[in-house]
Amino acid sequence: MSTAETLADSASETLPDALREEIRLLGQHEAHPRAACIEALQRVQREFRWVSDAHLREVAGLLGMSAADLDGVATYFNLIFRRPVGRRVLLLCDSVSCWLMGRERLEAHLSARLGIRPGQTTPDGDVTLLPTVCLGHCDHAPALMLGDALHGDVDTQKLDAILEAAG
Amino acid sequence: MARVTVDGIQVEVANGSSVLQACEAAGKEIPRFCYHERLSIAGNCRMCLVEVEKAPKPVASCGYPVMDGMVVKTDTAVVRKARRAVMEFLLINHPLDCPICDQGGECDLQDQAYSYGADHSRYAENKRAVKDKYLGPLVKTVMTRCIQCTRCVRFATEVAGVPELGATSRGENMEIGTYVEKALTSELSGNLIDICPVGALTSKPYAFMARPWELKRSDSIDVMDAVGTNISIHARGAEVLRILPRTNDEVNEEWMADKGRFSFDGFRRRRLDQPWVRAHGKLQPARWQDAFVAIAHGLQGVHGDRIGAIAGDLCDAESMVALRDLMVSLGSPNLDCRQDGARYDTTRREFYTFNTSIAGIEESDALLLVGCDPRHEAPVLNARIRKRYLAGRYPIGVIGHPTADLTYGAEIIGDRPAALTGLLEGGLAFAEVLKSAKRPMIVVGQAALARDDGAAVLAACWKLAESVGALADDWHGFNVLHHAASRVAALDIGFLPGRGGRSVAGMMSGGVDVLWLLGADEFHPARIGPDTFVIYQGHHGDAGASRADVILPGATYAEKPGTYVNTEGRVQRAFQAIMPPGEAKEDWRIIRAFSEVIGMTLPYDNLDAVRARLTEVNPVFGVQGLPRFGSGDRSGPAGDVAALGNAAFAPGIGDYYLTNAISRASPTMQECSRVYTQPVVQAAE
Repeated sequence: MSTAETLADSASETLPDALREEIRLLGQHEAHPRAACIEALQRVQREFRWVSDAHLREVAGLLGMSAADLDGVATYFNLIFRRPVGRRVLLLCDSVSCWLMGRERLEAHLSARLGIRPGQTTPDGDVTLLPTVCLGHCDHAPALMLGDALHGDVDTQKLDAILEAAG
Repeated sequence: MARVTVDGIQVEVANGSSVLQACEAAGKEIPRFCYHERLSIAGNCRMCLVEVEKAPKPVASCGYPVMDGMVVKTDTAVVRKARRAVMEFLLINHPLDCPICDQGGECDLQDQAYSYGADHSRYAENKRAVKDKYLGPLVKTVMTRCIQCTRCVRFATEVAGVPELGATSRGENMEIGTYVEKALTSELSGNLIDICPVGALTSKPYAFMARPWELKRSDSIDVMDAVGTNISIHARGAEVLRILPRTNDEVNEEWMADKGRFSFDGFRRRRLDQPWVRAHGKLQPARWQDAFVAIAHGLQGVHGDRIGAIAGDLCDAESMVALRDLMVSLGSPNLDCRQDGARYDTTRREFYTFNTSIAGIEESDALLLVGCDPRHEAPVLNARIRKRYLAGRYPIGVIGHPTADLTYGAEIIGDRPAALTGLLEGGLAFAEVLKSAKRPMIVVGQAALARDDGAAVLAACWKLAESVGALADDWHGFNVLHHAASRVAALDIGFLPGRGGRSVAGMMSGGVDVLWLLGADEFHPARIGPDTFVIYQGHHGDAGASRADVILPGATYAEKPGTYVNTEGRVQRAFQAIMPPGEAKEDWRIIRAFSEVIGMTLPYDNLDAVRARLTEVNPVFGVQGLPRFGSGDRSGPAGDVAALGNAAFAPGIGDYYLTNAISRASPTMQECSRVYTQPVVQAAE
């Protein structure tokens, strides 16, 4: 089984009824249902880790938008994933402060340790490595996020510790 | 009203207008790419920057509302510098491949680069390249040229009502595309070509054909439907290379349907370019004189009431009045233009025209469609309905075949005449909607009239219009929607059975001995009796010509000057764009020439005289424009409401892309038909 197959298993499932209902309510809460689209996409992503074509179409229908319109929103934001990601997403800041403080070394270390380049997922579907714009943690550069946790002053040792602790 | 000073010129514009509109009112030209007056405002190209006094930096005039006392400057050093900077950004990723781009010569980016472009680029990095998209057989894409103005996205979403286009990603990676790779399912898709300010969306059939300055432009009228879209035919030499819409706010705004825009390649295929006479069961090429003699021979000894004539859907008024006059001189009462067998009452014009007028749709506040599919029968008119729908509070009811998406929300009330009875008796909820509306509209289509109880349906619709208050002194909400371009003119001329005359059905199966078909192709020729002598006058070797004993080669609408009356009853003139091929001739001249052969010379021998004759037959042909009117006489058309049948209304036209002899001969339309109307298995996404 390839990485893509490991990750994409849930893509064609329809959204669970509870989630559909939740998204519908999110839309009802707004004057224009489409105003809830970002939150709805986030909800789908929390459930399925990424937003598949089928799910995007379903959400568009629930919020009275066209799929093309919603895809415009989904692709606009970096953190709405329109392709499968692993169980954990590692966002490595690539802004100037982190770059000055040696983020390239971290990237090389990660690539060596995990065997993937930025944008790829480990074959076991565990970690996806993505570069990200400034995390706002420049005073503790270089910075990264693993899942929802922000880590600063990262060096290779700390990086190993973070990966092992969360793994 | 707000008073605004633009470059020292005082103008007054309505509150809520944009600065750009104020500048235009002052006669100042503002460069723009994303702004389009018939679409929503996006404000993303930044080309329309102007200086507004007291504003700290230049403002995008398209999206900036005016305020009373505002002072605007459109041509200062700051404005010029800002626009130059915007242009430099736009050109960073533009390929500058003008020599191989079809937009060259009529490109907004090219034109404005003359005013605001630099003579060289400071950008030495690699330019971005974008994969082309598939938008169907009509629109060619070169997405690398796209400047992301999103006019196409807004057009598809707002006007065409098919929200299939979108802009994905952000910044430099932004791309326009269909969400799923597939042809854009709209009958108005050709307008994307006009609306694109650069060469990203161009015409596929016109690709690499010509430069705009090589083309001769002739004003004409589209005859592919009965909307009467104002068009401009662009030809080089003897060949039509493209057709574009002309702006007419009362009819088509600036839109045009795909069939009218792209079916012209049918002009050069299956053409009848010389007369033919059937000898020993086989059609043989002949000279004009021989063809006329053969017809005269066929007419010999035939009594007037055994002669008949049928006018087709694409005829000009001139040829129809000439043929009618010829038939009258031959003593024939057998005339008909209703190939589909529709029932009309022609005692008053308001019984068969679109009385609200197309522009009037925007003033209506409720709509009932009876037996019509405006999306396919009149796509441009449908865009007007959608425009009204988008303005809000516009309930729409449909009685008829539940067809595909009309591009707006409509309530299906019923599929058979019983629903009309229900509305009349108030048993259906929609009756209340119509009654409470101040300016309701009822639109009756041909599918409702082309049936045995057509007269009853017509009468019922009028009665309903009267009872819900659609007929008032200042409002006429009763409308008939035609889809044959010649139909209203034919009814105005009286191309209908005279006293004791036969209709189309009566002329079939040997009902007449001699039958003159003027471009009539919309019935199965086998219905004509085997012993009937058939004359086919027309431009294409279609159904009618195959059955003919004599073929007289006529001209298409592009090859003759003609008068057409649209579904509203608006009389419009078309000019000749190209010469008819071979020996083909202008149609009324053929009839006039033949009348001389049999010694019944028609009393006109130039175009002005024929048109004078038209006005004599019906004064409406002398009326310019279309004054809006309310309803005077409230008495309805003949027809017994009690005679309403129970059969469901048939669907409207079958295949939108192949409705007449020209479009059936067009390879482009055949390809569209293959792509759009035949079910294809969708590839897995």
